Amino acid sequence: MTEPCAITVVDMRKRFGALEVLKGVSLTARDGDVISILGASGSGKSTFLRCINLLETPDAGTVTVGGETIAMRKRRDGKAEPGDWRQVDRIRSQLGMVLQSFNLWSHMTVLENLIEAPVHVQKRRRAQCIEEAHALLNKVGIGDKADYYPSHLSGGQQQRAAIARALAMRPKVMLFDEPTSALDPELVGEVLRVMRALAEEGRTMLVVTHEMSFARDVSSRVMFLHQGVVEAEGPPAELFGACKSERFRQFISGQARQR
Amino acid sequence: MDPGFVVATFWRLMAALPLTLEVWALSVLIGGVIAMGLTWMRVGGSKPFAALSRGYVFVFRGSPLLVQLFVIYYGLSSFAFIRQSFVWPLLRDAFPCAVLSLALCTAAYTSEIFRGALAAVPNGQVEAAKACGMSGFRLFRRVIFPIALRQALPAYSTEVISMTKATALVSLVTLWDMMSVALKIRNDTLVTYTPLLVAGAIYFVLNFLIARAFLTIEYRLSKHLRPRRA
Repeated sequence: MTEPCAITVVDMRKRFGALEVLKGVSLTARDGDVISILGASGSGKSTFLRCINLLETPDAGTVTVGGETIAMRKRRDGKAEPGDWRQVDRIRSQLGMVLQSFNLWSHMTVLENLIEAPVHVQKRRRAQCIEEAHALLNKVGIGDKADYYPSHLSGGQQQRAAIARALAMRPKVMLFDEPTSALDPELVGEVLRVMRALAEEGRTMLVVTHEMSFARDVSSRVMFLHQGVVEAEGPPAELFGACKSERFRQFISGQARQR
Repeated sequence: MDPGFVVATFWRLMAALPLTLEVWALSVLIGGVIAMGLTWMRVGGSKPFAALSRGYVFVFRGSPLLVQLFVIYYGLSSFAFIRQSFVWPLLRDAFPCAVLSLALCTAAYTSEIFRGALAAVPNGQVEAAKACGMSGFRLFRRVIFPIALRQALPAYSTEVISMTKATALVSLVTLWDMMSVALKIRNDTLVTYTPLLVAGAIYFVLNFLIARAFLTIEYRLSKHLRPRRA
């Protein structure tokens, strides 16, 4: 028997007006895979991640999560749209997403942020969700901040709370959209440490990032996007060692110069 | 100023306060409901509805409330089909006409306040909610509404306060609100300042209380915006 696929994306395409951002991108993540998605600004890597949970609607391509394919249909004007929004909601709650600018709900405490979706979307028991939420906050190192509002936390603490919020839904796959790009340099480490710990406990993760050390040391596979196509892909040792793609070598040496 | 006259004026005006409050409360309430409908039409995504809502605001915000009040009370009764229709029992009387015109007018302003508050909800927080599987009414009730409500309060409290003052106009369509009583006292006694000043003072206290109430609600909903107490 083959290993179960946590998430499969086949031939995803997306265009914004005249600009074709994704020109047929495919990806398969088995359970426990940590896939870093790299690429220059404008390469389509964030759009790709946002198309997976339908925050952007892909023009073509299929997304399958835990064996369930998201149903799409054509609108009268030829654009694609989800066939069943309830299915989209259900699949979204299985994909824990961490956004670049945290986006914790500002009117709720950290604890309330964590139990919101488990209680109101997944309809799980409140007392149990609270217990789990405290455990998750301890795990990301802000166990003492449960009754703080997001505005009372530093950026790094907010992002760790956002990671805990995503984990609270017990997701099959975690999606990270440049989770450290909005942080001050001295706060990046604390978030990366949490992500590394998640990778080590076997979580399936798709990580759009500019952190080369994370991609090289933590991920099981690296995908390099260039102008909407997969330019290079493989285990990090292979890619960072002797990649055949001239563009990828240029990209990583450019990233290294910026450090 | 004769203190006895001031006290007598005060109590005569207070006797008219219930009517002023009724007109105010009903028009704010009905206007709020209409405003919600208008806002929903405006942002709901349907182009004809949005145009209708914009047109409504254009008309009711663009013309004087007094004109609207006179058109509804004096103007509509000149149409035979309205006198024969089922709404006539309502539109025949001054009170429903006054409430209706005040409600229609405040609805225009209030819907703009609601629209602004919705626009001020950070898109990232809405996106985070969608990514958690929230949509439709649940997304609105749990995330969009609480944030928008907090944004709307300062401007909305101003609108509600301006409505207490707008109720003074209903004195011109035969209703015995505080303003009509003040004008009546002035006509009867030829004393101008006392009834107007006392009426003004009562409006002032009323608005002070409303403003305090809104400030209290605002304070309660702003815990996340204040520095945390150690």
